[in-house]
Amino acid sequence: MAGSNPNAKPMDLTLKVWRQKDRNSAGQMVTYPVKGISPDMSFLEMMDVLNEDLLRKGEDPIAFDHDCREGICGMCSLYINGRPHGPERGTTTCQLHMRHFKDGDTITIEPWRAAAFPVHKDLVVDRSAFDRIQQAGGYVSVNTGGVPDANAIPIPKSIADKAFDAATCIGCGACVAACKNASAMLFVSAKVSQLAMLPQGQTERKTRVENMVAQMDIEGFGSCTNTGACAAECPVGISLENIDMLRREFIYAKATSESL
Amino acid sequence: MILESQIPGGPLAEKWDKHKFDVKLVNPANKRKYDIIVVGTGLAGASAAASFGELGYNVKAFCFQDSPRRAHSIAAQGGINAAKNYQNDGDSVFRLFYDTIKGGDYRAREANVYRLAQVSVNIIDQCVAQGVPFAREYGGLLANRSFGGAQVSRTFYARGQTGQQLLLGAYSALNRQIAYGKVKMYPRTEMLDLVMVDGKARGIVVRNLITGKIESHSAHAVVLATGGYGNVFYLSTNAMGSNATAAWRAYKKGALFANPCFTQIHPTCIPVSGDYQSKLTLMSESLRNDGRVWVPKTVEIAQRLRKGEITVNDIKEEDRDYYLERKYPAFGNLVPRDVASRNAKLVCDEGRGVGASGLAVYLDFADAIRRDGQPAIAAKYGNLFEMYQKITDENPYERPMRIYPAVHYTMGGLWVDYNLMTNVPGLYAAGEANFSDHGANRLGASALMQGLADGYFVLPYTIGDYLAKMPYDKVPVDHPAFVEAEQNVISINNKLLSINGNRTVDDFHKALGHIMWEYCGMARNAEGLQIAKQEIRKLRDEFWRDVKVVGVNEELNITLEKANRVADFLELGELMVDDALNRNESCGGHFREEYQTPENEALRDDENFAYVAAWEFTGVGNEPVLHKEELEFENVKLTQRSYK
Repeated sequence: MAGSNPNAKPMDLTLKVWRQKDRNSAGQMVTYPVKGISPDMSFLEMMDVLNEDLLRKGEDPIAFDHDCREGICGMCSLYINGRPHGPERGTTTCQLHMRHFKDGDTITIEPWRAAAFPVHKDLVVDRSAFDRIQQAGGYVSVNTGGVPDANAIPIPKSIADKAFDAATCIGCGACVAACKNASAMLFVSAKVSQLAMLPQGQTERKTRVENMVAQMDIEGFGSCTNTGACAAECPVGISLENIDMLRREFIYAKATSESL
Repeated sequence: MILESQIPGGPLAEKWDKHKFDVKLVNPANKRKYDIIVVGTGLAGASAAASFGELGYNVKAFCFQDSPRRAHSIAAQGGINAAKNYQNDGDSVFRLFYDTIKGGDYRAREANVYRLAQVSVNIIDQCVAQGVPFAREYGGLLANRSFGGAQVSRTFYARGQTGQQLLLGAYSALNRQIAYGKVKMYPRTEMLDLVMVDGKARGIVVRNLITGKIESHSAHAVVLATGGYGNVFYLSTNAMGSNATAAWRAYKKGALFANPCFTQIHPTCIPVSGDYQSKLTLMSESLRNDGRVWVPKTVEIAQRLRKGEITVNDIKEEDRDYYLERKYPAFGNLVPRDVASRNAKLVCDEGRGVGASGLAVYLDFADAIRRDGQPAIAAKYGNLFEMYQKITDENPYERPMRIYPAVHYTMGGLWVDYNLMTNVPGLYAAGEANFSDHGANRLGASALMQGLADGYFVLPYTIGDYLAKMPYDKVPVDHPAFVEAEQNVISINNKLLSINGNRTVDDFHKALGHIMWEYCGMARNAEGLQIAKQEIRKLRDEFWRDVKVVGVNEELNITLEKANRVADFLELGELMVDDALNRNESCGGHFREEYQTPENEALRDDENFAYVAAWEFTGVGNEPVLHKEELEFENVKLTQRSYK
């Protein structure tokens, strides 16, 4: 095997997993032993192994969201041992490997916990609130065609790089799950600052922040109290500076709003 | 059946402009009377749905993920090609066209590829206007890099996350139309059948993946932008959910499937590490700009390395074989993907592979780090290096990456004409789901280009031409054709749920993947393909006898979802084998061992195989019927592809 640690011994673990039949049913933690887990497996591959065992026994496998398994689509979630995406910093659950756990460990696995993210089933939650916030203004209003040549808008590299840093948000929801208030400020601020920094975003700069924040409130996310848990748990390192920028943008927009 | 490619007349460079003038238009006030269904929200689907909405059509868009932003386009790393010639290095629309035709080993349509190169420049403009943060130079203008199969720098990029940034751009345009009410979005909804009325595509049947509810949606046209079928191999760089079901069920309703054997094996992926492996991770081709590919010069050194008697850093410079630089001095490490993959397989077959399994080669950045410094390399590839380290627990700044080819992209797909319409009137296919632009091998950074070209700049013109001839009348979803399609979907689901056998869906999927990789992977031969055909049939029979699907339809049922997809892969795999058997030549990603030059390069047979193989469904287990679209080359000369 090509893993770095070919001699590492397989591990036996105890999983405590949240099971919930559907949105309207009560859920509960259920304990599952898993055996022979290779340290080179990803966390989700470990879940696959458990699910195959459950299936062979005729039991319902555990539903969890996942897709690209490369850390970029933002579909995977899981609250592992009390932390979104588990113990490794800057890592999505799909990129978390079992070498970070020890033989004999008990691992607790829960869904994202937030009123705005209701549970569909087991570990699968409804994050459509994030889409609705983006629909409220997370775009530059340009139709296809009829735009200037790409190099007609020079953008200083330092600004382009900062805008890029904000643009890398994968929309997974870990920030909300990490926050004791279930606030979506980091998520919203990432898009607001990306577009506020770029010349393309100037025309709608004020209405964008007003509308996105309004939608965030409608969706039932909590208030931000600056604990910084969101940025600490963000798998792609979205910085708290974005929240500062969102506040400035919001105050400026409200103070000078054309829609008063 | 005669395949009408609908390629406009006139000189190559004028065809698209002429066609845009010749197509019928729908009056702006009448566009709201037409409904369009778009399945899939990756680059092609999201850009098409947004553009249709902007034009005024009513759009319904569907994706199986929880949000349109998750589509697998998001995982594309390296970049997007465009003939901007911003680098003043001799690029042009014709050169991009030529590189793409040649890179595809002369198995793509000239007119489609030329149009692709033409609109490539508009794509970059569009994305920048949306706020996509492409990499820039210190002067504030856009940066470029090189990709395989090209000798100019025409690839635009956003670190190693170009697909993500382009998709989020298209997603933002889509969101704007959703907010305006022009697009209605259906996430977590999977298409399970195509509905035809009077020989035309008039709707789809879907399953709500949360409730299991089977629903019908009616429209005047249906666009499938559902991606490729690489997951037929089980292990690939595709996302776990990527599947062929929408395209396959359209095939079973009469749409032709073209060149299914043209699959791309990407040369630079992280090697397999165990039986539990669920997917393979790509390391972007852009790494070959600075990384040098090598293996030990002799089998003996490779053996000592694999046994752990020596480490990679003990191997002296003169004992390393930079085989791509040696064999292809002109292109070096930047040869096209099929050439790089095949050569990796060759050196590993010789016993010179590295890693415990011997199924890996090195991709070494030591020279680049010495030349440019570690910060410069980190700035270009930082996130890729991190990803590599997370997966392998090895630091690629200190020792070379180990890489091996893996299934990545499928050039084959639904047959479409110049308008991207399948042979089924009103049914379109865009992006990876169609076969049209990449021939037998896709060049790096061309998938993003094609997805966005189809969605932003081709379909918005061509779909109007069809709709303009359609009456406004809508087909109600209680029409017998919808009822029948729903019944078909329900009966498949019931069958899957009632078998209650002993083997899991994944078990079958892995077995299929093994057959496909073994006999229909990087190298194929007639004997092996015959074996594969029999084995697939056997496996398929066993699937329908012994698969275990638990639960019920009326719930979020991950096993049932997968079972539907794998059932279709089990049929599609056989068609791929049929196509590979039929094509008695080697070209691009299709390498038949019987047909090679003395230097082990692909040996094409232009006399007999310069055609698109479009297959017609005749029933599961029956032989499909082959329809040929002859490829005519008026602007390029067919030559043996050389990258030496």
